[in-house]
Amino acid sequence: MTANHTPDDAPVVARVVMTLGDDVSTDAIYPGRFMATVLPSETPQYAFADYPEFRALLREGSMPAGSALVAGSNFGCGSSREQAASTLRGHNLVVVARGFARIFVQNAVNLGLQVVDCPEIAASAGDVLEITADLVLNKTTGRRFAVQPLPMARQVIMKAGGLIAYTRQRLLARQS
Amino acid sequence: MGMTIVEKILARATGQPGVRAGEVVEPAVDLAMSHENAALVINQFHEIYQGTGLEPTIWDPSRVSIIFDHRVPAESAKTATNQKKVRDFVRHHGIAKFHDVRGDQGGICHQILPESGYVRPGQVVVGTDSHTTTHGALGAFAFGIGATEMASVWTLGTVLNLEVPSTIRVVVNGRLSEFVSPKDLILHLIGRISARGANFRVIEFHGETIRNMSTSGRLVLCNMSVEAGATSGIVPADEETVRYLREEAKVGDEIAAVTPDADASYNQVIEIDASRLPPQIACPHTVDNVKPVDAVAGTKIHQVVVGSCTNGRLDDLAAVARIMKGKKVAAGVRMLVFPASWRIYTQALRAGHLADLIEAGAVVMNPGCGCCLGVHQGALADGEVALSTTNRNFQGRMGNPKSEVYLCSPEVAAASALTGVIRDPR
Repeated sequence: MTANHTPDDAPVVARVVMTLGDDVSTDAIYPGRFMATVLPSETPQYAFADYPEFRALLREGSMPAGSALVAGSNFGCGSSREQAASTLRGHNLVVVARGFARIFVQNAVNLGLQVVDCPEIAASAGDVLEITADLVLNKTTGRRFAVQPLPMARQVIMKAGGLIAYTRQRLLARQS
Repeated sequence: MGMTIVEKILARATGQPGVRAGEVVEPAVDLAMSHENAALVINQFHEIYQGTGLEPTIWDPSRVSIIFDHRVPAESAKTATNQKKVRDFVRHHGIAKFHDVRGDQGGICHQILPESGYVRPGQVVVGTDSHTTTHGALGAFAFGIGATEMASVWTLGTVLNLEVPSTIRVVVNGRLSEFVSPKDLILHLIGRISARGANFRVIEFHGETIRNMSTSGRLVLCNMSVEAGATSGIVPADEETVRYLREEAKVGDEIAAVTPDADASYNQVIEIDASRLPPQIACPHTVDNVKPVDAVAGTKIHQVVVGSCTNGRLDDLAAVARIMKGKKVAAGVRMLVFPASWRIYTQALRAGHLADLIEAGAVVMNPGCGCCLGVHQGALADGEVALSTTNRNFQGRMGNPKSEVYLCSPEVAAASALTGVIRDPR
């Protein structure tokens, strides 16, 4: 799973590995003391560095690519540090939240971290989610939750494969 | 129907007669700022050019600014190496608005941009720092972006696919009481609307309290607007803005103000009576956990921090020095002071404020972000409590998840430093 969901994509099935509350800040996702580490290839090692539960899952290898984090509203609030998106992208996680902070969601789209804005989502660790462009089905509880689609303007960037690829396209279009 | 100030700025920046909230636009950028994270921007910038056969070229180096502030002087070999990489890049691309670790030009990016006259009313300003909202105090539309987005701006000179934000109009009237400052006002607003109360929207500040406020105070309001989730805070430029730019930033050329239309459409209107506001404090571990200081008076503190891009300006240092002159920091309390720039440091030195603070027992540090984000200087022990004039108190913010951070005004910080417990300065 390398891109955010668009209406053309097949459903994604993801197992919830951890649930989090409201206002999870970028300081929680990627603590400031690791900010001298910037490259997307190096940031995954510090994901949720101060969350023993997350670190234990990583150690045990029980957070395979495609696993989902389920969070409350305003996920990723605070700093603009892109490491917060790249560190989760590096673990190939899907973030399903009741809402996201602006800069975080922008960084996620730009880097191809899958984020699902699902204002009513309710799920527990271990639940299995089926995610489509407009709906999350919690297959464990049978409940369905509407997805707030990302704006078309963002979908253009996702479809291009992220902002680097999209900017490159635009740059080359200017040259011709 | 008329336009909000942000709609007007984006109309100009896209060469259109008008734009509306919700439209997607690609505005030209007037100023693009980064700090140490320019190291990542440089990496992404080169990735964009990979395989194109083109020489990586910044669209307009005169519109790019890079300022070292997050870890100055470098706290590790890794940071030192990143800073060196940035210096080499700056030289290669001819970036003149570069501020290195130097006493004659350095400081925190959100103080350097205003005091250097880099930001003007009506501009579109982007920065790879969430507190880029600060520059709305000069009537610009200024907002934080990620490093990859900045690499895109360096390449093309525009922000791609920006949704025009809607606007919350905040009207503040009444005179602030003695020992109550713009910090208390913005903490009150964040507590009232919550940490996501302004998500994806802009806060436009109006009213007599704002008109009578110095640019220094307006910078505080806009700085912390992001803590309510706002894309930006903005104060329409007026005579005070022109005064600041002429007298303090030494701007000689023409200054054109952009103001919102009287019949602009707002998403929400919030009114605040400033005259009734007591000193405020944001309690652990969220910035919107705001109470009157009285509610937590008596809480024991171990470290007091004065400074940062929020409250490290000359009037902040003067207010703290006035309260502390001739007195002593309480035993068992460490007081750290980080002026926002070396210019401010020098002004506070000449005015005698720094001597007053040092004689009271404070440690005056070099300008920079310091301990605000837990990367450098002033770490807290397990179980310790910090009282700080900075802008964030998320768990672990100052480097230790087992510590607590309260956020307050310089006046509350000073009064509390003297007693070792949180105290209302009145």
